[in-house]
Amino acid sequence: MEEAYKLITGFLRENGKVGIRNHVVVISAVVCANRVVEMISEQVPGVIPLVHQHGCSQIGRDKEQTARTLAGVGKNPNVAAALIVGLGCETVRPEDMAKEIATTGKPVEYLIIQESGGTLNTVAKGAEIVRKMVADASEIQRTEIQLSDIILGTECGGSDTTSGLAANPATGYASDMLVEKGATVILSETTELMGTEHVLAKRAVNQEVADSLFSIVARVEQESNRMGVDIRGGNPTPGNIQGGLSTIEEKSLGCIYKAGTKPIQEVMEYAETPRQKGLVVMDTPGQDIESISGMIAGGAQLIVFTTGRGTPTGSPITPVVKVCANPSTVKTMADNIDIDVSEMIEGSKSLEEAGREIYQEYLQVINGKQTRSEIFGHREFAITRIAITM
Amino acid sequence: MQQLIVINVKDNVATATQELIKGQELKVETGGKQVVLTMKEDIQFGHKVAIKNLAKGEDVVKYGEVMGTATKDVLEGEHIHVHNVVSRRGRGDLAT
Repeated sequence: MEEAYKLITGFLRENGKVGIRNHVVVISAVVCANRVVEMISEQVPGVIPLVHQHGCSQIGRDKEQTARTLAGVGKNPNVAAALIVGLGCETVRPEDMAKEIATTGKPVEYLIIQESGGTLNTVAKGAEIVRKMVADASEIQRTEIQLSDIILGTECGGSDTTSGLAANPATGYASDMLVEKGATVILSETTELMGTEHVLAKRAVNQEVADSLFSIVARVEQESNRMGVDIRGGNPTPGNIQGGLSTIEEKSLGCIYKAGTKPIQEVMEYAETPRQKGLVVMDTPGQDIESISGMIAGGAQLIVFTTGRGTPTGSPITPVVKVCANPSTVKTMADNIDIDVSEMIEGSKSLEEAGREIYQEYLQVINGKQTRSEIFGHREFAITRIAITM
Repeated sequence: MQQLIVINVKDNVATATQELIKGQELKVETGGKQVVLTMKEDIQFGHKVAIKNLAKGEDVVKYGEVMGTATKDVLEGEHIHVHNVVSRRGRGDLAT
């Protein structure tokens, strides 16, 4: 079976990175530009609007993180070209974002609404810019790529006990296969590492990485202390609890399986780009959309998302492969699940069989097969904030 | 079809992979030996059952790791969930 997909293809970018999709995006630099961004993308079908609630009245590391995330999505090799739209007076500067994206060598432009004559004039200018970007992007052909070019982001959401028993271990098997081929796999969701630090730290390549693992989890735990509450109910969520998960430790111990068993090479901040190949950790929250958005901003071209209770969500620029082992959910949410591994729970499919199936699906999706969330146009996007709005 | 999964030999809980009914008897492997476990209550799909007697304050172990603390005595065959196990982590409610 593996032989049938030996050739994998993608879009070679100016900086040597490869995309597995060829999107043109219009990125809002600030919440105030959201409607103009939407109107520009309505003019040119196929262009992906990226809107969010942030970009102004932010300070320090919080401002930097928002700017890094937005620029990171533009830099992601699944993006062929990007247009930034700003209002003009916001904290996160559109021109800086464009300059950062331009370091990849890909086409990028920006428009300022206050300098472009208001909504309609900015929409007209923007539509003309993205029309040309789409035309140019359509001429880029797929070429052969290597699995070592791939960054896979791993996510679990709407978890129940089947996630830790089957979907995550099977996905972990596929993660190990990818790492053995030289790819990069990101383990994320720091909240869901709580209670597993001692397990993960043993796999850290050095003491610095081990210390970072403990410190990112401690940072999250301090938040529950600051608020003076038990995190249960926030994580595990009411749905997790209904699905049989009793504590954050139980959820976490099941969660970490999805990244496989390889040594942990580094720990990154939210939306940072991995410097190492192999298994890496990104500090993201347990909330699915924010976590995935951080990983795509870090350059992940492919996301795997395990679920027990089922969830429809996707990502604006990245295919999301949904894996589910709950025998009921694969029926009740059949149109949202890409890979059904529920036979593992029933005892009729082995971990290795399920893991290889997931790996094969990755190869097909890399080559262009649309995932369920892509077919439905699920483009959820959210940025993690680390300070209050000023 | 398997009905209960014990993941690690150190575990004192098993996960139901089918709806289990009070009084139902099932064989489980624990600590390397097979025992017959009688369900003391109905257990929903995906929920956990104690496969050993647990004393209040004892570690609840799944995946071979501590997943919480029993808040009351739990008998083998009883449901283990938020009513009798608490987390040790993320407990801002206990922070001083």
